[in-house]
Amino acid sequence: MNITATPALPLGDDALILSHRLGEWAGHAPVLEEEVALANIALDLLGQARILLSLAGDEDELAYLREERQFRNLQLVEQPNGDFAHTIARQLYFSTYQELLFNHLAATDSELAPLAGKAVKEVAYHRDHAHQWTLRLGDGTDESRTRMQRAVDALWRYTGELFEPVEGLETVPWAALHDSWAARITSTLEQATLTVPEGPRHGAWTAGAGRQGLHTEPFGRMLAEMQHLHRSHPGATW
Amino acid sequence: MTTPRPAETPTAAADTAPRPGDWPLWEVFVRSRRGLSHTHAGSLHAPDAEMALRNARDLYTRRSEGVSLWVVPSAQITASSPDEKDAFFEPAGDKPYRHPTFYEIPDGVHHL
Repeated sequence: MNITATPALPLGDDALILSHRLGEWAGHAPVLEEEVALANIALDLLGQARILLSLAGDEDELAYLREERQFRNLQLVEQPNGDFAHTIARQLYFSTYQELLFNHLAATDSELAPLAGKAVKEVAYHRDHAHQWTLRLGDGTDESRTRMQRAVDALWRYTGELFEPVEGLETVPWAALHDSWAARITSTLEQATLTVPEGPRHGAWTAGAGRQGLHTEPFGRMLAEMQHLHRSHPGATW
Repeated sequence: MTTPRPAETPTAAADTAPRPGDWPLWEVFVRSRRGLSHTHAGSLHAPDAEMALRNARDLYTRRSEGVSLWVVPSAQITASSPDEKDAFFEPAGDKPYRHPTFYEIPDGVHHL
């Protein structure tokens, strides 16, 4: 399989894997309206993934025929959906990151600029969706507040990896992006009467080697499900 | 879904149970790109107006149907009753003189 070395690959993997995770809510979302909202976000991400992966090679081969260690997505996006609060926390962390990164890329002369410029509008909506839900779950009932706090705490250790420089994107001001990210997350969590997590995000006992191809246990199972059909019926069409 | 749902969440077996939190119903009005007025598109459930607007965006404008949205609590709409149909609407049926079709338009008047 020919894989071009391009930062489109890790960013495309983020979009592909998160899209698949969100797709797992189909038929399971708490209410019909939310099911459509999550599916819309998943389809936005799938569209981004197709464009990005096409810059790195054949999109189908890349999605369906790579082994686990060849995927370069963040460990954050492969985390299981958990309860609805976990999904929203994952969305809040990732869409805030993606919006800041795409905003930056859109203003550069990178090959990713056209995609970033188009996708940033989609991503702004994804972030708003997560922001609105975080406010309502955090500042909602005792039960929703407990669950939302548990979710932002549980996923916190996956957020350090977001700002490790991506190969080929060394000119991105990662530290400044991180500061903007932290300010936005803090603002949302405080508005939602939640506590900003304080646990470690780097080093031992944290996560963060997805960009190097090291993934967490649930990823293998997700990949098996995602690739099963294509691998069972190579070249099948309908 | 690895985490168990809360006990009060209705399950598939209890379709008739109340929805979570009994979200109110909202009516959605969409103004299309070339339309001058908002047109009723349908309804949805949402916990509050802001979320209703977002749900409306996801349910009713995902195929570029509109450029502006209104959401209105369904409970705030007062509708005419089908029972009153005759008294309300029937009398207008035989009064063609209410249409402005009996006037000679002077030659000098344009754009009418």
